[in-house]
Amino acid sequence: MKILVPVTEVTTVEDEFEIEGTAIADRYLGADLNEWDEYAIEEAVQLQEAGLADEIVTVTIGPDDCEQTIRQALAKGPDRAIRVWDDALADVDLLDVGLKSQILAAVVDAEEPDLVLSGVQSGDDSFGATGVTLADAVGYEWAAVVNHLAHDFDDDTASVRRELEGGVEELTDVELPAVLTIQTGINEPRYASLRGIRQAQRKPLEVQDLADLGIDADGLESALTLEEMAEPESETDVTVWEGDADETAAELADLLREKGVAQ
Amino acid sequence: MSAVLAVADHRRGELRDVSYELLTAGRALADDVGADLHVAVISGTVDDFAAKLDRDGVDAVHTVDYGEEFDHGVYTQTTVQLATELEAQYVLTPNSVNGLDYAPAVASRLDVPIVTDTVALESDGDELRATREMYGGKVETTVSLSGPAVVTIRGAEWPAAEGTGDATIEAFDPDIDEDALGATVTGFEEVAGGDVDISDADVLVSVGRGIDEEENLELIHELADALEATVSSSRPIVDSGWLPKNRQVGQSGKVVTPDVYIAIGISGAVQHVAGMKGSETIVAINTDPNAPIMDIADYAIQDDLFDVVPALTEQFQ
Ligand SMILES: Cc1cc2nc3c(=O)[nH]c(=O)nc-3n(C[C@H](O)[C@H](O)[C@H](O)COP(=O)(O)OP(=O)(O)OC[C@H]3O[C@@H](n4cnc5c(N)ncnc54)[C@H](O)[C@@H]3O)c2cc1C
Repeated sequence: MKILVPVTEVTTVEDEFEIEGTAIADRYLGADLNEWDEYAIEEAVQLQEAGLADEIVTVTIGPDDCEQTIRQALAKGPDRAIRVWDDALADVDLLDVGLKSQILAAVVDAEEPDLVLSGVQSGDDSFGATGVTLADAVGYEWAAVVNHLAHDFDDDTASVRRELEGGVEELTDVELPAVLTIQTGINEPRYASLRGIRQAQRKPLEVQDLADLGIDADGLESALTLEEMAEPESETDVTVWEGDADETAAELADLLREKGVAQ
Repeated sequence: MSAVLAVADHRRGELRDVSYELLTAGRALADDVGADLHVAVISGTVDDFAAKLDRDGVDAVHTVDYGEEFDHGVYTQTTVQLATELEAQYVLTPNSVNGLDYAPAVASRLDVPIVTDTVALESDGDELRATREMYGGKVETTVSLSGPAVVTIRGAEWPAAEGTGDATIEAFDPDIDEDALGATVTGFEEVAGGDVDISDADVLVSVGRGIDEEENLELIHELADALEATVSSSRPIVDSGWLPKNRQVGQSGKVVTPDVYIAIGISGAVQHVAGMKGSETIVAINTDPNAPIMDIADYAIQDDLFDVVPALTEQFQ
C-alpha cells in the first residue's frame, strides 16, 4: 500500500502583533509544521512499521522557504517528498480550498496512492475542507475527523472512528482508495531521532511546478479574496488585574472567596 | 426567484441546535439577495423534523426520506441534486463534523467555491462577504467571492429561528447512485464516561498547553485541592495522555457551566470555548494579551502561570 500525506507549513503569530493592511506584519510571523499533519505522518509511519504500507510520500504546496519544514516531516519516517510551487502561486494572497485541492489532485493522479492521510485542518486558516474536496476531485472515498484507524484493511476497507461532537464517535467502514482527515490524539507523534534528522537530509525532495502537473497557470486564481483583517472585539468587560504574581493572586483569591469558593 | 438552500443537521433522532441557527443565517442571506429560503432535511424521521424546522422565515422544507442516519454520500448526492434543481445561489450547512464531511464534496461537484466556519455573512446579490477567524482566533478576516457558493456556519453565532412558519413542506425524491456509496456507518459509541463528571463541578481549574510538561500538572492539582475544585483541561492535555478524556472541555469533550471556570494556559480556541462559554464567571491566566480567551473572560491575569498558580495556591493554605 502506498500512502500520500499532504503536509502544510502553517504561519504562526507572536503574542503581540500588528496588522498592516490585510495581513499581519511579517516581523511577527513564524512557521511550523501543521499540528494535525504531525498526527497524519505518525499514523502513516505506524502503518509502514506494521508492514501495511510500502511507501510514504509527502506533498507540500509552498515556496523554497518551507524545505526545512518538509525535512522536519521526512525526519519522522516518510520516504520522499514532493514540493509544488510556481510563480503563479506567489501572487495569490489566500490559497483557497479549491486551488489547493486542484493541485493536490494532480499529485494524487500522478502518484496513485491507496490512502491519503491529511490533517483535519491547518492551524492558520482553518478551512478544514481540503481533504474532502480532494477526495471528491479524484473520485476517492473519504472520512473527515478520524481519531482511530484499524490497522488492517480487509476487503480493501479502512475501518475508522470519526469524532463527532459531545463525546460521540461514529464507526465507519470506508472503501479504499480513500482520503482520511486525521484528528489530533489519534496517536502519539514521535520526536525525530538524530538518525532520522540526518537521513532526512538525503531523502529525495522533488520540486514540481504547475506545468509539471499539467495545470494551466494562466487564469489561475483563488476564488476568495482577502478584504479585511482585524483583531476581534472583546465580548466581555474584562477586568485585568495588574501587579506582580502575589498581588494578582491576592485579587483573584478575594474574588474566589467572595464567590464562596473553598469556604 | 433565486434560492438559498440550508441543509439541517440531526443525529440519532434529534435536530442539532445549530440547525435552527442555520435558518436565521439563511433567512438573512436570502433577504440580502431577494431569494426564498429552502431547507432540506435528509434521512431519519423527516416529517417530524420538517414540522420543527418550519419556523419564521422559512419558505419551503424539502424532506428526503432515505436512510436513518447521516451518510455523506447520500447527503452529497441529494444536496447537489436539490441545489441544481432550485438553482440555489448559496448552499448553507453547519460547520459541524458532519457538515465538514460532505459540504466540501457538494462544492466540488457543483464546481463552486466553499468558505467554512463563517461568523457573519452579507451579499449584494453577486458578491458574498464572509467573516471568519484565522490563526486560532487571533484575528478576524473578511473574504469575498462572487457567484454561487457553499458556506458553512459556526454554531452559536446566529440566534435560533423562532415562531411557526408557513412553509410548504414537500418530499424530494433524490436519484441516489448506491454504487457510489462507499462509506458505511456501522455504529456509534459514547466515549469520555467514567467516575468524574466535570459538568457537575461548581469550580473548575482548567489547564491547557501552557503547562508545557506533564510533571507541571502537579501545580494544577495542588491548586484544585486548595480550592476544593475539580481539574479539567483543553484538548492537547488529553491528546498527550496526561489527563483522561472525561476531563476534556469543548466541542468534542464536555460542555460545562460551573460558577467559576479558571482557564490556565488555555488560548480559547473556538472548539474549547464551545464547551465553557456558559460558565458564570470566567477567569483567564495567560501570558498572551491577545489570546482569544481574554475576549470572553470576566477577569484576567496577564502573567506567567508558573508564578501566579503557586501564589494563588498559597492564598488558600
Ligand atoms: C474538530 C475539532 C475538535 C476539537 N475539539 C476540542 C475540544 O473539545 N476541546 C479543546 O480544548 N480543543 C478542541 N480542539 C482543538 C482546538 O482547536 C485547540 O487546538 C485547542 O483547544 C488548544 O488548546 P490550548 O488552548 O490548551 O493550547 P494553545 O492554543 O497552544 O494555547 C496555549 C496557551 O497557553 C498560553 N501560555 C503558554 N505558556 C504560558 C505560561 N507560562 N503562563 C501562562 N500562559 C501560558 C499561551 O499564551 C496560549 O494562549 C478541536 C479541534 C478540532 C479541529
